Amino acid sequence: MPDWKKIRSDFPVLDQQVHGKPLIYLDNAATTQKPRVVLEALARFYARDNSNVHRGLHTLSMRATDAYEGARARVGKFINAADPAEIIFTRGTTEAINLVAASWGGANLQPGDVILLTEMEHHSNLVPWQLIAQRTGAKLRYVPILGADVEGGLDLAQLDALLTPEVKIFAFTHVSNTTGTINPAAHLCSRAKKVGAITVIDGAQSIGHLPVDVRTIGCDFYAFSGHKMAGPTGIGALYGRRALLDAMPPWQGGGGMISLVDYFESRWKPSPERFEAGTPNVADAVALGVACDYLDALGRDQIAAHDGALARLAYEKLSVLPGIRLLGPRGERSGLVSFAFKDVHAHDIVTFADEDGIALRGGHHCNQPLMKKLGLTSTTRASFYVYNTAEEIDVFAASLRRILKFFGGA
Amino acid sequence: MSADLSDLYQQVILDHNRRPRNRGKLPTANRVAHGDNPSCGDQCSVYLRLDAGVPGQPDRIGDLSFDGSGCAISQASASLMTTQLKGKTAAEAEALYQNFHAIVTTGKEPEEISDLGAFAGVHAFPARIKCATLGWHAALNALKNDATPATTESHTD
Ligand SMILES: Cc1ncc(COP(=O)(O)O)c(C=O)c1O
Repeated sequence: MPDWKKIRSDFPVLDQQVHGKPLIYLDNAATTQKPRVVLEALARFYARDNSNVHRGLHTLSMRATDAYEGARARVGKFINAADPAEIIFTRGTTEAINLVAASWGGANLQPGDVILLTEMEHHSNLVPWQLIAQRTGAKLRYVPILGADVEGGLDLAQLDALLTPEVKIFAFTHVSNTTGTINPAAHLCSRAKKVGAITVIDGAQSIGHLPVDVRTIGCDFYAFSGHKMAGPTGIGALYGRRALLDAMPPWQGGGGMISLVDYFESRWKPSPERFEAGTPNVADAVALGVACDYLDALGRDQIAAHDGALARLAYEKLSVLPGIRLLGPRGERSGLVSFAFKDVHAHDIVTFADEDGIALRGGHHCNQPLMKKLGLTSTTRASFYVYNTAEEIDVFAASLRRILKFFGGA
Repeated sequence: MSADLSDLYQQVILDHNRRPRNRGKLPTANRVAHGDNPSCGDQCSVYLRLDAGVPGQPDRIGDLSFDGSGCAISQASASLMTTQLKGKTAAEAEALYQNFHAIVTTGKEPEEISDLGAFAGVHAFPARIKCATLGWHAALNALKNDATPATTESHTD
């Protein structure tokens, strides 16, 4: 088992005070902090290997290309992809989903086709589908959530009625950033496969927290962000099954993605180059590979157990606060808690907690339709990662109690 | 509690947040405008009744109310605003907003004594200035009879 206390010292940013209090960083669902090895990988690349990739014949360019392609292989291994060519580097989850929607959706969707989503999707797994639906005449359909506080997750009993032959794409989040629900990804994929729909998984909240094996899950696409898994911002990836990728048209044109260019037409390289027009984000990709090493050294099953235990502890401690409404499952949940009070607004809570050195997030969490459905405009969210401790949760709960008292609650 | 924080959450603000004045739809309203703050989901509607003045005189706000949801700062600000704008002309309301805007952005208390001064503490929390001005944007739009929702994103504060 990892020595969780020691892990803290791997993250330089945690060693600081905010408003005179030790920083307690509980905004990990928005972005995680980066360990020293990742920061060093970035600096090392720029200090030693920096050069443009591909097309280069000099030593530095070959080193940079090796490092970049090595990172691709490393990321592929991280999710057990069959082939490194199934990993397309993107800016993050959002760009990865937009790629699938524009390329696969643009080439395959017809009027009357259905894109099945769920009611708990982040805006980035919602708006790209709205855009492509408008362009192609496809329709959106939603798997409903279950329970007034989403305690039941997705309403799987509706799947039979929803997964009709018109469904061409089923896109869903692996883990909800707003409720902490862990969706049964493998089950959803096998159900979608029965009607011939392709599956697109938003892995933003799962990638750094749970063991992810795309072949066991059986998905066609899996999108994720480096910055939510101890890696840098500005880099992420789309996993796609090779057969699908090779049949998809490019979504952006430029250098690096062509095999032959003529004044009037061009031919594309196969995946992944076909989908990576222009100079890629080499340094961040290399550092993302190092983040994969870091997380695998800790063990993702261990991380899942650690984060989940903190979330259940927080859930338990908060559940006794008068008037609290906690979202998501009562039992097993991913590493976050999300809650609301009738009389104290999330932004007031976040401002107060900041005075205690605690970083929380308040708002709609890019999940406005779900908020509206739940009769909320915002919640406060505390989300945990490898460096958080049970003691920090005590401080957080005590801070919350003081805030409620101040605003005339308990 | 830090000095900044107790300046932000003054008694006047907490009081307006707990017991908002003029909250709810105004049945006699002839103007309404909606404001929202897309980055945090705060919403505020302002209903007002503009009474025609005697010929040659400007219209005056006969009555007004607000409705919505948001943080203590946004709710208290909208509530206090409704108590300040009654009887004012559009020009007077605009001038009052300019005073208020100066208070929340600079932290300088107004020269004449006014409850608006309670919002001076907001200036130390730049992210919260939008909360304090949301209701005002909606009210000014209602006065201009501008039906497009006021959004804090399109304003320079
Ligand atoms: C569930 C979920 N999907 C997608 C995203 C978008 O990720 P990114 O902004 O890194 O593209 C996030 C992050 O906020 C998320 O939590």
